[in-house]
This record gives sequence, C-alpha cells and structure tokens, in this order.
Amino acid sequence: MKEMKVQRIENGTVIDHISAGKALYIAQLLHLAESSLFVIGSNLQSSKLGKKDIIKIENYQLSEAEKQSIALISPSASFTEIKNYNVVNKAQAVIPELIMELIVCPNHNCITNKEIMSSCFKMNPRNMTLQCAYCEKKYTIDEVTFKKLL
Amino acid sequence: MKNLISMRDLDKADIIKLLSTAEKIESGELKINIEGKLAALLFFEPSTRTLFSFDTAMKKMGGKSLIMTGTGTTSVSKGESFSDTLMTISQYADIIIQRSPIEGAARYASEVVDIPVVNAGDGANQHPTQALLDLYSIMKTQGTLESLKIGMVGDLKFGRTVHSLCQALADFQPEIHLISPTHLRMPQHILDDMDEKEINWKEGERLENIIKELDILYVTRIQKERFADLDDYKKVKGSYILSRSMLNDVKKNLKILHPLPRVDEIDTDVDATEYAYYFPQARNGVFTRQAIIATLLGEV
Repeated sequence: MKEMKVQRIENGTVIDHISAGKALYIAQLLHLAESSLFVIGSNLQSSKLGKKDIIKIENYQLSEAEKQSIALISPSASFTEIKNYNVVNKAQAVIPELIMELIVCPNHNCITNKEIMSSCFKMNPRNMTLQCAYCEKKYTIDEVTFKKLL
Repeated sequence: MKNLISMRDLDKADIIKLLSTAEKIESGELKINIEGKLAALLFFEPSTRTLFSFDTAMKKMGGKSLIMTGTGTTSVSKGESFSDTLMTISQYADIIIQRSPIEGAARYASEVVDIPVVNAGDGANQHPTQALLDLYSIMKTQGTLESLKIGMVGDLKFGRTVHSLCQALADFQPEIHLISPTHLRMPQHILDDMDEKEINWKEGERLENIIKELDILYVTRIQKERFADLDDYKKVKGSYILSRSMLNDVKKNLKILHPLPRVDEIDTDVDATEYAYYFPQARNGVFTRQAIIATLLGEV
C-alpha cells in the first residue's frame, strides 16, 4: 500500500502541482504560519512534473488575488477545495493578463513607488515577463516582490 | 486619441495622421485656431527646448500657456500630493503637458485628470513628442519612413529619446544600428520590443564601421544628470564624438539628427555641412507639437 506522505484534510484547500521548491515561498506569501493549520510536502514524485510541492490548508479558502499570485509563482499549480474529505471544486492556476496591486515594481523611480496608488503589470505569456504599465520596464517573476510579503 | 503618453500606444495609422497634420500645418494648408485654450506646462525637471517648443506651438495657434518649472514654487513642496496638484491645475487648463523625472508619472496623470495629458518626458522612460518630431524630420529629409538605415549613437541606456524613437520606427521596417559603450547599451526591454516587432537591429561600439551605410545618424548626449557617480560620467564623456572627417564618403542623403542640447558629441564644424539637420529638426518640433495639441483638443 502506498504510504500517505501528506495527510488528508477535512475541510480547506489543497494547492497541488506546485513547482518543486516553491511551497515555502507560497506559504510565506499567504502568511500561513501566523494562524493556519497547514502541511507542506516538498519534492514529492510527480508523473507530470517529475518533482512537485504540495500545501494542504485546513479551513482556508484562497482569494482570487492569492490564486493569481500563486499562478505567477508556479503556473503548474492546481487548487482543490475540500469539504468533509470530499473534493467540491478543482481548478488549474490561470496566469492573469493584467495583474493589479499584487506586485511591487522593482524600479524605485517608478511612479507606483512614489504615490499612493495601485501597481499594474501586463503579463506576456510567451516569455513569462511582466511589464509595468507605468514605467514600462520588464521583469521576470523572480525579479519582482509580491506585496503581501512586505 | 485622448492622451499622448507612450509611443507604445500609437499604431502606424496614428503616427501617419499626426505627421500629415504637422505637414499641413507647416505648409499653411491647415490653419488651427485655439484662441481661448490654455495649456498647463508642468515641467518638474529642467528643460528649455521642449518647454519653449510647446509654448511656441500653443502661441502660434492662438492659445496660451501656464508655465510651472521645478517643484519649489508649487504646493508639491508643501507636501501636497501629486494627484491633488494635477486635479487643481486641470480645473484651469484645457490640456496638461508634463515633464517629470519620475517614470510613469505621465501615465498616472492621465488617469487622474479628465483633460488630455501629453508626456513631455518621464525619467528615462518615454519622450513621445520628441520621437514624433524625429520621425517628421526623417520623413521630410528622406521622403519616406520605410526601410531606412538608421544609426543611433551615444548614451542609449539613459537617453529616452532613442527608446521612444526605436518604438516609433517599429512599423516602418528600419535597419537600426546601435552604437554605444557597453555600459550605456540600449536597455534589454527595448531590444525585446524590437525583436517582437521583427525589427532588424545590430549593436556595435564603433561609428566608423557603419557611418557610410546610414541614411540617418541620430546622435545623443551622454547625460550627466543620469549618473549617480560623477567619475562614471567622466569616463564616458568624450566617447563617440562626431567629427567632419568622419563624414567623408557618407551617403548623399545622410542627415544627422540630435535631440539637443549638444555638448561636445558633434564638432561644431559639422554644422556647416549638408548633413547637419539638428537645428531644422528643432524647428520641426513646433509643427509636430502643434499637430499633437490640435489633435488632442479635437481641432483636427
């Protein structure tokens, strides 16, 4: 019998198929350590990805903004909502074309870092680069900071 | 067209329409009367030529300008937010023409106010009216914008005019030669843009290798104010100076453009040659800006 590496949850959310090594970053982004009951599995075997991470969070529903952030960090991620140990909803991460408020522009001379205002980035899915709608600079995901981490 | 913020916002048809309007204004075929209209020229960064050029453009069409330079004389220095300043000024003026050292400031201004906003330069980002007057100058001197060989030399990293010009040329199948010191290369995001538009571009460090093939040579100043460290500025200051002797055997139709002010990157004895076009280029700026203002005010 296959050993359960990450225990089941009764109610909550499973974030599966996370790119290996990204789960801790996502947990930090969601501030899980502050109040949530959660488990993380890292470097688990995956037929799709080779290796993957997984996060299971008790009594937690992801907001759309959180799903967008996770999609940017790990486009392969999937979200499963659990009720009474049953799957009630499952969805694949979708990379948004326009990302409002979630990201801090790394350009210190960008207006979004000078005024009290929302940031706005356009995602180019072909090369996975983000372009600031204001200063027009382009960045990779690894070069930007997500606002909730501040 | 409600605002002019970035060359990225304009397609080929928009560009051709603006240039055609400028041409009609210059020839006298089109007479615009904007008497009673007021432009707020908000220049949060030093400028002489662009400021005067816009002011001249307004006055030649019968309009007037409110001119604000720096932030010392405004409520910004008293701690007023930028958006409040803009909102207040928009109650007086019909159009805002803004230069700022902060990148994206013009885009933000266009979201805050209901009147048209023109970006007269935002940090190292965009300078679309300069790009349009450059295109107008190229069109006037070459008779076409299509399939030209264009060299850009000098500070390509911080020089926003060349950033906007690369984007402005995107729809006209140019061959662009970028000549700069390694650490003043064209930023990667502009190179990526050119790749996306399938523009044929090449990089080099020596002007002599390419000058004989060019239709247009666009020279830029190494800008002191863009350097945090003065020593870094001194290291590159003298690089890429265009002298008269370098113009032997160039193409007959070559024209040298420069956004001005010039420091020492073009020797003054080049001015008398048939290739120098930087002063007429500045004059073209007035017609182009008249066309932009008239279009945004709904007069065309």
